[in-house]
Amino acid sequence: MTITTTATPTLAEHPSVVTGRSSAWTAYLFLAPFLLVYLIFLVYPLFKGFWISLHDWELVGGYREYIGFLNYEDLWYDPLFWRTVRNTLTFVALTVPAMTVLALALALGVNRHTRTHGVLRGIFFASSVFSVSVVTLVWQMVLNGDRGLIAHFLRSLGMAPVDFLGHSFWAMPSLVVTTLWWAVGLPMALFLAGLQQIPGELYEAAELDNASRWTVLTKITLPAIRRTVMLVVVLQIVLQFQVFGQALLMTQGGPGDRTRTLVQYIYHTAFRDWQVGYASAMALLLFALMFLASMLQLYIGRRED
Amino acid sequence: MSLGAKMQGQSRWFDRVILLVLIGFAVLWLVPVIWIVVMSLKPNDVLMRSTAGFLPIPFTLENYANLLRVSTVPSWLVNSLIVATAMTVLTLVVSSLAGYAFARLDFPGKRIVFVLVLAGLMVPEQAVFIPLHTMFADWGMHNSHAALTMPRVAVPIGVFLMTQFFKAVPRELEEAAELDNASRLTVFWKIMLPLSLPALTTLGLFTFLHAWNDFLWPLVSATETNMYTVTVGLGSIQGNFAQSEGLGSIMASAVFASVPVVLIYLIFQQYIVRGVAMGSTR
Repeated sequence: MTITTTATPTLAEHPSVVTGRSSAWTAYLFLAPFLLVYLIFLVYPLFKGFWISLHDWELVGGYREYIGFLNYEDLWYDPLFWRTVRNTLTFVALTVPAMTVLALALALGVNRHTRTHGVLRGIFFASSVFSVSVVTLVWQMVLNGDRGLIAHFLRSLGMAPVDFLGHSFWAMPSLVVTTLWWAVGLPMALFLAGLQQIPGELYEAAELDNASRWTVLTKITLPAIRRTVMLVVVLQIVLQFQVFGQALLMTQGGPGDRTRTLVQYIYHTAFRDWQVGYASAMALLLFALMFLASMLQLYIGRRED
Repeated sequence: MSLGAKMQGQSRWFDRVILLVLIGFAVLWLVPVIWIVVMSLKPNDVLMRSTAGFLPIPFTLENYANLLRVSTVPSWLVNSLIVATAMTVLTLVVSSLAGYAFARLDFPGKRIVFVLVLAGLMVPEQAVFIPLHTMFADWGMHNSHAALTMPRVAVPIGVFLMTQFFKAVPRELEEAAELDNASRLTVFWKIMLPLSLPALTTLGLFTFLHAWNDFLWPLVSATETNMYTVTVGLGSIQGNFAQSEGLGSIMASAVFASVPVVLIYLIFQQYIVRGVAMGSTR
């Protein structure tokens, strides 16, 4: 890699003119390592996934038969598929609003330049660095009906402890609470970044008018960060739609499939039942849904500009 | 005058209430972790009788000693360290090279290539993990560090961040070097990379944390116990473990497995929180 740009003074004065063939080759050499990995491990698998989804394809044993779009048709009549879609949507519908409100409230609370607020910020963000299996381990203990932290607390109040994760109603909210605890740091940091971009003059004007805190919040702060709010909501929908580890490790989808999520169903179909073709069809459908959500985010971004 | 003073008094009172509520929440955030750490410091037979209490009495380090002596957890930790480090280094190299080309070099088809690379941001892991599994199976490469590392290097967020960063570097800094007839690679190596140290640090931290916490791909690729990452390994010991006799040991495993990321967080907290903001400006 010893490609040199011929440095005559005129060229150096107008670097954008340096577009000779050798410079294009330089560019391709710079790009080559990434593009190679990108094509092999992302672009090609995407198309191969579609190809697999058109087959009755077994993970082990090598059985594969071309069946066109039959897998996609089968999805339509698969009650467990719709069940997992409904569970996932329920999880998203419970998690996203709660996460957004909590993250915004915490961000508004810790958005000050004192040492105490810095420490608080650090604590709320800290749980995000744990891996999903550490988080599920912690919360399975906390929620355990017999030896859990909440069970101890309820007993000390003279109440009967509840087996939250095995309970037909409480299982799903348990996953939501776990997820809030785990992941509130990221949206909180996004809101903090948004809040810090609000020009100070806006607040000075409000101070002169003796505006109440509520007025300042609803008339200045919230309108100023509405783009961040949209960003957080769409980002959270995309992220929480992929919920997997919490359900797999904490409830195993139970009780009675009540918390079985879409990604969990894809995983089980492919790696427990070995129906790779059918699982790929589901995976691509999930991709299509998330693609739509990303488009929505782009559209909102454009409109706001 | 007195009205203003009253308003100020109210506002100070309001601030205190908010601070108290925040501290309450912070305690809620910390209590589960403290409880787990405390349990990891208690003997297993004591925990069999009761898991209540926030003081490690009676105190023991036996759980950690056992962990290091007999369990597979340390080897999982080594796997995670190898995979996360390799992924971080590779991501930094390919992303900064590609980002420099997109930000500073002209070549035919630049716009379309950039758009095609950005489109990859929308592809979720779940859309490719099954075909990736069949590919690595065909190559006979599962249960290797390479299999755990490579797919994540293809995620284009790093290219995007580095392109944005290099675009913001003033051109004059490079022009001076070009007068000296320096090659592009030298310019990149001697001028651009040192300038981009903060961006590389942020990208590196995020890549490392992501790699460490990755769950779905290592779960399907590493099927042999000795090739588990800590994240997958800790997942594998869950399932009614709360009734287990070795509760203290399990809690010690969780604490032990989190030490690297917690250390990174404590040291680089500023970078990590600022990095989130950097990602949001896209």
